[in-house]
Amino acid sequence: MRCGIAGVGLLGPGLPGWAASRAVLTGEAGWEPAPVVLAPPAALPPTERRRTSVAVRLALAVAAEAAADSGLPPEALETVFASSNGDGAVVGSILDALATPGGAISPTQFHNSVHNAAAGYWGIAVGSNRASVSLGGHDDSFPMGLMQAAAAVVARRVPVLFCCYDAPLAPPLDARRLTDTVFGMALVLVPEEAPVVLSVELADRAEAASAGALGPLMAGNPAARALPLLQTLAAGRAARIGLPLLDGGAVVLGVEPDLAPDGTPGAA
Amino acid sequence: MRYSGQMPSMLPPLAMTAFTATSAMGTGLEATRAALHARRGGLAPCDLPGMPEGIWVGRVPGLEEVVLPEALARYDCRNHRLAELGLRQDGFEQAVAEAAARHGATRVAVVMGTSTSGIAETELAYAGRDADGALPPGFDFAHTHDLYALPRYVRARLGLRGPAIAISTACTSGARSFLEAQSMIAAGLCDAVVVGGVDTLCRMTLHGFNSLELLSRAACRPCAADRDGISIGEAAGFALLVRAEDAPGGGVALLGAGASADGHHMSSPHPEGLGAVAAMRAALDAAGGGPVDYINLHGTGTRANDAMEGHAVRALFGDRVPCSSTKGWTGHTLGASGALEAVIAAICVADGLVPGCLGVETPDPGFGVDVAVENRQAPVRRVLSNSFGFGGSNCALVIGQA
Repeated sequence: MRCGIAGVGLLGPGLPGWAASRAVLTGEAGWEPAPVVLAPPAALPPTERRRTSVAVRLALAVAAEAAADSGLPPEALETVFASSNGDGAVVGSILDALATPGGAISPTQFHNSVHNAAAGYWGIAVGSNRASVSLGGHDDSFPMGLMQAAAAVVARRVPVLFCCYDAPLAPPLDARRLTDTVFGMALVLVPEEAPVVLSVELADRAEAASAGALGPLMAGNPAARALPLLQTLAAGRAARIGLPLLDGGAVVLGVEPDLAPDGTPGAA
Repeated sequence: MRYSGQMPSMLPPLAMTAFTATSAMGTGLEATRAALHARRGGLAPCDLPGMPEGIWVGRVPGLEEVVLPEALARYDCRNHRLAELGLRQDGFEQAVAEAAARHGATRVAVVMGTSTSGIAETELAYAGRDADGALPPGFDFAHTHDLYALPRYVRARLGLRGPAIAISTACTSGARSFLEAQSMIAAGLCDAVVVGGVDTLCRMTLHGFNSLELLSRAACRPCAADRDGISIGEAAGFALLVRAEDAPGGGVALLGAGASADGHHMSSPHPEGLGAVAAMRAALDAAGGGPVDYINLHGTGTRANDAMEGHAVRALFGDRVPCSSTKGWTGHTLGASGALEAVIAAICVADGLVPGCLGVETPDPGFGVDVAVENRQAPVRRVLSNSFGFGGSNCALVIGQA
């Protein structure tokens, strides 16, 4: 499957946005983990804005950056949201309430506990009625989510906003599903020509791509398996990126930057 | 024009070469079919511990006795027991094995919808925390509660090696698996897809809907003028989808699928049903625009959903097409409902059946649509099946003669 990458969004410790993180991603600057600042999504009505959690704010921030980067109207994009944990803080508070004698679930928390909460808030924020799907995938959330997003682009010839995000679960569940930090990324994938061509293929096996100095970050959050791809995009180079899957098989990404006639990367 | 042209490209129809369903109204196709014709529902007062008082549920009998294959024992939880029970019915395993033999195990994908997966295991683990608050050592999050556990279980159980996808779009999850399968086959990722949905009764869902004051205190009566809420159920629905040219002629097919988002509110549907209309229209367009003979409504039994859906159906069809909800038989099976009701649609096509809503004396006159309240025998070539969910998620399928 081949599609174009028209926009990118990113947020993680020491990675404060796609444009602001390029030097760290290329290795020109060192990586210094710093807390991720997550503002309430300004595009939401005040009542909804107050209800957003870390996971939703993270997803909406990277989705908005990628959409803006693409120049396409955000409400015109179909969406694929992928996350291993979903909104772990909300699910955790419901589990706590259920385990407390007489504990009551808040109705708002219940509707925020669905795995497609971030997608729902995105639709409200940008006023979109485009089709949207939300996927789980444990440690395969990034490769399987990206594969489904590319499949939608290739099969139906529509632009798709792919958003992959994860935040830590609440205690005590966090001890059984280690997620060190928040990390989110988004891509706008398009069926037509774009500065960067992305291929997504299934393979029997592949060597796992390395994130170099960002390896610890990649190991601590399933969405951060996007880092080798993001590093490749930031460097403007071609690459093949292997993403082995939990139960065998692999997804292999190919990146082909826009090459000038002399073979060097084009528009920087 | 905001609500038009959701899905510009039409995807080819896919044959449903095998399908099965297990719910409170029956384990397997024959029991489901018999319950539909006999108008024998599966809802009963809830007898599971720790649930809200005075509610009815659609519980699948015998789940407690289901044993997973030893090699997959780590997946043991109520949701995977229901998946296992469902997979054993109607020769489904054999049909999948034949598809794997024909196309290769790596060319058969698994796409499963679920809203809560095996969260009941985590509920139990929270109740069994030690003095320090730690969860019991035997608790296995990744193979039970995690959303990916369901497609991983189904893939391993069926000996498949294609991609596994976990969809969780609340109550559209099961329906959405059909649309994702269409994209995957059209994109060349696989040649066959095991689609479906599995959701089981758990405290989070029942107490959650109770907190929203949406649960009926009796068996739910979707479309009734005096309907008073949802009964929650559990179900597993599965289908094997292949390209039409890879299937024998005749039979039943997924003719089209469509989706939309409301972009309106997290738990309240758009009052005029604009998102629902968009999803139905997209599915009908994808199916080539032909007429439908029956609409299987999402029809949960809440005041707001059913009124919205009645409005949306009237906007598209007037009172020309009979419609009903089968949730009076099964309860609302959440992330499984779209898959369960796709299988019910296939039965309706095969049997020429329009199942009338159970327990409804007077349909809501405000809908202005033809709500069937008794079973009707009629040619049913195409069924439109609706699913709507929290987060403003909408998905519609057209199931019909291949």
